Amino acid sequence: MLLFLFRRTALAVLVALTVLTFAFVLTRLAGDLAIVIAGPEARAEDVEAIRRAYGLDRPVVIQFFDWAWRAATGDFGESFFFRERVSTLIRQRLPVTLTLGVVGIGIALVVAIPLGILAALHENTWIDRAVGLVAMVGQALPSFWLALLLMLFFGLQLGWLPISGTGSWEHYVMPGIVLSFSAIPALMRLTRAGMIDAMSSDYIRTARAKGLSRSSIVLKHALRNAAMPVVSISAVQLGFMLGGSIVIETVFALHGIGFLAWESISKNDFPTVQAVVLLFAVIYIVLTLIADVANAVLDPRLRAS
Amino acid sequence: MRALRNAGLAFGALVVGSVLFCAVFAELLMPHDPFAQDLTRRLLPPFWLEGHDPAHLLGTDQLGRDYLSRLILGARISMLIGITAVIVSGVIGITIGVVGGFFGGRVDDVVMFIITTRLAIPLILVALAVVSLIGSSLTVVVLTLGLLLWDRFAVVARTTTMQVRTLDYVSAAWAAGCSRAWILGREVLPNILSPLAVVATLEMALAILLEAVLSFLGLGVPPPLPSWGLMISEGKEYMFFDPWVIFVPGITLFVLVMGINLLGDGLRDMVGASQVR
Repeated sequence: MLLFLFRRTALAVLVALTVLTFAFVLTRLAGDLAIVIAGPEARAEDVEAIRRAYGLDRPVVIQFFDWAWRAATGDFGESFFFRERVSTLIRQRLPVTLTLGVVGIGIALVVAIPLGILAALHENTWIDRAVGLVAMVGQALPSFWLALLLMLFFGLQLGWLPISGTGSWEHYVMPGIVLSFSAIPALMRLTRAGMIDAMSSDYIRTARAKGLSRSSIVLKHALRNAAMPVVSISAVQLGFMLGGSIVIETVFALHGIGFLAWESISKNDFPTVQAVVLLFAVIYIVLTLIADVANAVLDPRLRAS
Repeated sequence: MRALRNAGLAFGALVVGSVLFCAVFAELLMPHDPFAQDLTRRLLPPFWLEGHDPAHLLGTDQLGRDYLSRLILGARISMLIGITAVIVSGVIGITIGVVGGFFGGRVDDVVMFIITTRLAIPLILVALAVVSLIGSSLTVVVLTLGLLLWDRFAVVARTTTMQVRTLDYVSAAWAAGCSRAWILGREVLPNILSPLAVVATLEMALAILLEAVLSFLGLGVPPPLPSWGLMISEGKEYMFFDPWVIFVPGITLFVLVMGINLLGDGLRDMVGASQVR
């Protein structure tokens, strides 16, 4: 177990370091950063001044290690556009995105698990097919389009919910629903497969033989076993969802990390872009690490591989 | 149930076939020039609403351009992006996956590391950043998506290669003294193609959706090209008064992605590739 924990953590750190390098290389794709920052109307002296001010006149390797060292300690420098520390910006915006992520995964689980159970209990009937169709529709709906449709219906037609902004809990309802759509299909299929597996196992036959009620068998015995992979995949899905929040936060003008990312990309604000790429990657890496370790603790068979 | 499944496959094939037809023969099918503006005839409603013009079946956009013509040319952009991105990502992913699955050991450790790293990189964010840094064009969008979407190809190619590697006909080929390249190309690859075809449909749907997302956020296919995502983005400002401007391209996009997924689902059942999800 200790060896597994060590190897898995080492892998996570290695991946994080690779992403760190990637985030640095990414912003050098445009060529000379100083010219991009200075803008099209800058004179040669201005570009030179900017190059010196941001330390871009140093060798790239030195720039990288300087940046990486600071990034590893949580210092991402100053934003070009917002005139503020990037770490301050992130600290201000992170609660919004985390709230959105938790609301999204919450809605996804509340919808996906009952539907998955329903499909599994009626395997290969029209109910099963109908649930499968729902999953497929959810997968095919473009998230930004669904967001606009919800705005038109709940915001404009019915006037129930605010169309954009960050103020109250109501601002999280529509974005949360849209975000949950990205996780529902996968979670639903996993619940269905797990339940079908569990319902045909020996301990369920025993429970049936004991004369337990159907609801007790399904909820207490089968679901408990089927839920484990669902919980660990939902951690992974949460990681993906936070990455996808950029679209939804932009559409709903929800001022979280995703909105910050979009603003900084469109304003060529490289320090912020680098920081956000790294932040989302690290959140994903940590979530998958937790999920893997939790799985290994619960299921010793997984530790061997 | 069999009939239902076949109906899904037929619907998928019909949708993908018609969109492909529009994409190939766009010039012949478009009733108007999709770039010709007519500011006196802006935002004409489509045929099911009052006040429509029979000459513009699906109405006109905010610059008076024929919506149907733009929709048809948009099919070409979506299909072009979908197919090219799948080819690029397929070549990358299958190479990586087959190498890892075939050689195993240390090589496989490296392959797993590459796949894990790719999954940790936030897809939309990085795609947006790359397109914004290099400048948006059709080529940049296709290459960016192709270079990012290979993970599922790699995962499935790796698992299936591992399964095939130990089968009797591969051992027989080894025993017969075939070279490594021969075994990879003639014994392994043909036998993992059907699950990979299913992956291709999934990735094509994803690439088309992501192009629409990038274009919607203003960092995809540059205007005046009529990408469906861009059409929704341009229509967004008018949707509170003319909601049909976002309905039309949105429904087309949704139906195409749904069709591709149904096609992939039917394919999965046909070839029995249950390992792809």
